Amino acid sequence: MASIKMKAKEKKGVVTVKALITHPMETGLRKDKKTGQVVPAHFINEVKAEVGGETVLTCLWSGGISKNPYLSFEYLGSKGDELKLTWADNMGKGDSKVAKVK
Amino acid sequence: MNANIKRRLFLKGSVAAGTIGVAVGAGLLTPQVVMASWPKDAFGAKKTEDALSSLMGGSATTPSEDIKIKAPDIAENGAVVPVSIESSLNGIESIALLASANGTPLVASFNMGKGANASVSTRIKMGKTGDVIAVCKAGGKMFSARKGVKVTIGGCGG
Repeated sequence: MASIKMKAKEKKGVVTVKALITHPMETGLRKDKKTGQVVPAHFINEVKAEVGGETVLTCLWSGGISKNPYLSFEYLGSKGDELKLTWADNMGKGDSKVAKVK
Repeated sequence: MNANIKRRLFLKGSVAAGTIGVAVGAGLLTPQVVMASWPKDAFGAKKTEDALSSLMGGSATTPSEDIKIKAPDIAENGAVVPVSIESSLNGIESIALLASANGTPLVASFNMGKGANASVSTRIKMGKTGDVIAVCKAGGKMFSARKGVKVTIGGCGG
């Protein structure tokens, strides 16, 4: 689905990961201006970051996170780590991406 | 005759609904990507204290200067407010991010896994001027920090 752009850089044993995910993140409160209908809630509710099969970070989100969410976090790691980021939304869709730490 | 047919259709309908409910519960109809249990009550709570009680088991927090929140003093666009939370406290298990003036204040919960630093950044929606609150759960205790953000244009598309 190619919804995730991600880069990860290691410096002094700390890996900083920056990710941008394409997603509408609809709260379910917005009314479509043309139709007047409420746009149903459609947002990422979980993001998971794994390195070597171990979970490094789990994010539980609501529609309160901005559209096309940006996420940055840090963990103790090394260059060459294979970092996998996975997201799942409230409608059962999801995507994941793997990036190597530079 | 009519009553019988109606009764059978009714029963069929309710059994079908029940079956699907059971199947979802049993994980047989899990969506494409498996999700951990999402704290629905916490995310639906209309007050900060209720969200924290539901999410972390309590709402009493100790203010801590070891939790740093970076957020703009004035957010021109409430739909995209950049927020960074960093903490040097030991043993942080999770960080909750709330926007006090939002209809449902709990915006996100970050659970630290193996090797994670207590340092996360994201962008949130703020419906109006209010506080961005970070609550860190460490060793069974809850610590918090807050930062006021003025919002000029509300962020819920509303």
